[in-house]
Amino acid sequence: MKIPSSIWTLLIGIGLTLTSLWYGQNHGLLPTAASDEAVLVDGLFNTMMTVSAGIFLIVEGVLIYCAVKYRRRAGDNEDGPPIEGNVPLEILWTAIPAIIVIGISVYSFEVYNDIGGFDPHSVHESPIMQESMAMPGAAIAATLNDTPPSTAPNLNQQKSDEAMQDPATAAVRNADQIPQKQDAPGVGIVSPSIGASPENAGKPPGLKINVTGLQYAWIFTYPETGITTGEMHVPIGREVQINMTANDVIHAFWVPEFRLKQDAIPGRQSELRFTPKVEGDYTLICAELCGPYHGAMRTQVVVEKPEAFEKWMQEQLVANNNTLKEAVAVNPANLTPDEFLAPYTKDMGIQPAMLHHIHK
Amino acid sequence: MTQAQLQETANIPVHIPEPGVRKWQDYFSFNTDHKVIGLQYLVTSFIFYCIGGVLADLVRTELRTPEVDFVSPELYNSLFTLHATIMIFLWIVPAGAGFANYLIPLMIGARDMAFPRLNAVAFWMIPPAGLLLVASLVIGDAAEAGWTSYPPLSLVTGQVGEGIWIMSVLLLGTSSILGAINFLVTLLKMRIPSMGFHQMPLFCWAMLATSALVLLSTPVLAAGLILLAFDLLAGTTFFNPTGGGDPVVYQHMFWFYSHPAVYIMILPFFGAISEIIPIHSRKPIFGYKAIAYSSLAISFLGLIVWAHHMFTSGIPGWLRMFFMITTMIIAVPTGIKIFSWLATMWGGKIQFNSPMLFAMGFVGTFVIGGISGVMLAAVPFDIHVHDTYFVVAHLHYVLFGGSVLGIFAAIYHWFPKMTGRMFNETWGKVHFALTIVGLNMTFLPMHKLGLMGMNRRIAQYDPKFTLLNEICTYGSYILAVSTFPFIINAIWSWLYGEKASNNPWKALTLEWMTTSPPEIENFETLPILTTGPYDYGVKHAPANVSPSENPVFRADLDEPYPSIESDIETRI
Repeated sequence: MKIPSSIWTLLIGIGLTLTSLWYGQNHGLLPTAASDEAVLVDGLFNTMMTVSAGIFLIVEGVLIYCAVKYRRRAGDNEDGPPIEGNVPLEILWTAIPAIIVIGISVYSFEVYNDIGGFDPHSVHESPIMQESMAMPGAAIAATLNDTPPSTAPNLNQQKSDEAMQDPATAAVRNADQIPQKQDAPGVGIVSPSIGASPENAGKPPGLKINVTGLQYAWIFTYPETGITTGEMHVPIGREVQINMTANDVIHAFWVPEFRLKQDAIPGRQSELRFTPKVEGDYTLICAELCGPYHGAMRTQVVVEKPEAFEKWMQEQLVANNNTLKEAVAVNPANLTPDEFLAPYTKDMGIQPAMLHHIHK
Repeated sequence: MTQAQLQETANIPVHIPEPGVRKWQDYFSFNTDHKVIGLQYLVTSFIFYCIGGVLADLVRTELRTPEVDFVSPELYNSLFTLHATIMIFLWIVPAGAGFANYLIPLMIGARDMAFPRLNAVAFWMIPPAGLLLVASLVIGDAAEAGWTSYPPLSLVTGQVGEGIWIMSVLLLGTSSILGAINFLVTLLKMRIPSMGFHQMPLFCWAMLATSALVLLSTPVLAAGLILLAFDLLAGTTFFNPTGGGDPVVYQHMFWFYSHPAVYIMILPFFGAISEIIPIHSRKPIFGYKAIAYSSLAISFLGLIVWAHHMFTSGIPGWLRMFFMITTMIIAVPTGIKIFSWLATMWGGKIQFNSPMLFAMGFVGTFVIGGISGVMLAAVPFDIHVHDTYFVVAHLHYVLFGGSVLGIFAAIYHWFPKMTGRMFNETWGKVHFALTIVGLNMTFLPMHKLGLMGMNRRIAQYDPKFTLLNEICTYGSYILAVSTFPFIINAIWSWLYGEKASNNPWKALTLEWMTTSPPEIENFETLPILTTGPYDYGVKHAPANVSPSENPVFRADLDEPYPSIESDIETRI
């Protein structure tokens, strides 16, 4: 019995759809989704994988089918049928991709909105204006805004100055060429980035962390407690806002498990808000080429239970004080380079392999 | 100057370099014949492909292990910087220009390009620019800030290498602008009278779209690079935050060219594939107008998508959405092309020779790059994979699986026309098999690497990625090996291959209506069209045509064909 081609088409269509649906959910290509945002992004990716698998199978299937079915037999020197076009078919295959990309755009828009891409509060009133108001000769403007410039200590500046004393960092960058332009939560151009999700809009974040990128380390400052570390700790379930800037060249903050990335640009301040979800140690990677040791610019992000986080915070407060005392007591000239660098590199998340290369 | 002296000066004939090849040295001279220039472009760019390929294999060898153990990190950065620059600016773009130079006048029945000497000038900018780049590597001070050269990094790494890089890319950009002007004028003004726009071969349409894109976008890159050079060498702070400059402005200027650049690199080969598939499937191209206009649509849309490279640089939310939508829309004209090629093959009589195999390889692998391109356009997902190996995989599927396979398809297809000899089919197939295996082995695992968390442009990586990186590295060695059958085949066939007839594929476009290789002024008499370029299987198109007895292509004796000298004089 000859099966009609319409039935074949139907069967192939069903098979294709089922395969695509299965693959879209079971590709296993992504790492753990460790933040609330990551779950949303994964949903989008899985949908795109489903659609992509379908399109891939159709195109490659037709290609292979043509290669087998329509190959030229020996001795056949005829031309094929002169079919030059088919308007309904062409409209169909213009319309289908158009609908698919519009659908993916709308879905992406939704996800982007849900993870906080449109948070109006992430775009502050122009900070450049404030800066210019504080300049001499801006008297008229100053009357419009009486807020005095912040006198709070510039924590990021202090910490980056300290970091610059570290030979491991200073040796490999062109020291002092590009001093830090501003305090992370201060003046400068604010790059609007991922802000609060719609349900948190207008609310302050649960935890603020200032992040400074410099060749080849990340420095984290917790403004509420004043501690500074080279490893980021965040509690589960509390919304974290990081304010980022860079001292020298462009770096990019990327934790693959959070599905979030943002460039840290010198002269600009950028923000990310996210909510950690799954306990674990994740790697924070610098994703923007920042120099020869770019690949070594990695550190740990520890997502832990709130109690563990509080405990860690207390330890850091004590440790920070001790480190300061030690720094006064020990004369660095008496130490070998390795001994001298050990505490710094541990904090800054620098790998021994990188040190080895620098001091070769 | 007296009247008599003026008269005398005016009477001195302008020196017009002799066009055409009479001896092999002519290929190394300032020749104005478009066919010589076309071959000069192709051979030069292929040499740079080999250099770029060696650099790629050095990069992959370093990445075979997670540690930095093969080259120093500084050298590693120079290697991938130069690899990208050479592959883009010295291989794919000039190879496209090479085919355009060779084919456009032949396809539209002209004797030469509109501006033959400008054409030669455009070519002769490439060797010095390429030598500059390679020299910077030899002296050990090459650019190491990536082919994007983002400031402030490009301002704090080696000044010499970066300066050379800027100079070299400026030269190449200038060459490309000069070429584009020439292609546009030739296509718009020099078609034979009987050829309307809708009788033009699709390769010509593709070059029309490409040239427009080059003219609109390349000057912006030049402007960006000149400002960067000021920052680097003169201490200005256009992009340097220490003096209040903004590094993101550079990114806008850079990508305003460099995203269109990917279309500059792929459109000519879309055109070439549209020529190859109908001929070797023995069917008219399906949807001629749709393919022609989709080239123009890609060209237009290509100008308004650049910021999708900057989704993580911190551009406003609405702007990210705008660029997401424009980027996604490009999938529509690209899809039209792919579906039309498939429909052309459907029901045809496909001949599996090397050009067709490479063309089918092009369709099959380009579609993977196209799909991942749509994914990358989705902002939330792009934020995750931006600057990772997922992007590296995507761009190599587009530019290797697309452009490079397209170049090889085109070389095999037009080899008999260019050299008058057939290539060896068996070695062509060996080349194809090795290339497809190597290509997928090198670039397919990179998708997973990027999604799992391996960022790009790094010399050392997390040891958990070792296995996949090893596979990629061995794949890249296969790709290196795949080039040898091609090189040997091309040289051997060019010298000793079987003599090709004037029209070995029985094609209907004009370039096949003259001798192989074409004589110096292309056609003896002015060609006239009586069929479209792809009328295969149509009754009035004879299956076997030769210039002398071809009813499709007959001499119009009433209209004298102008001599090349008078042609050039009126044009310059």
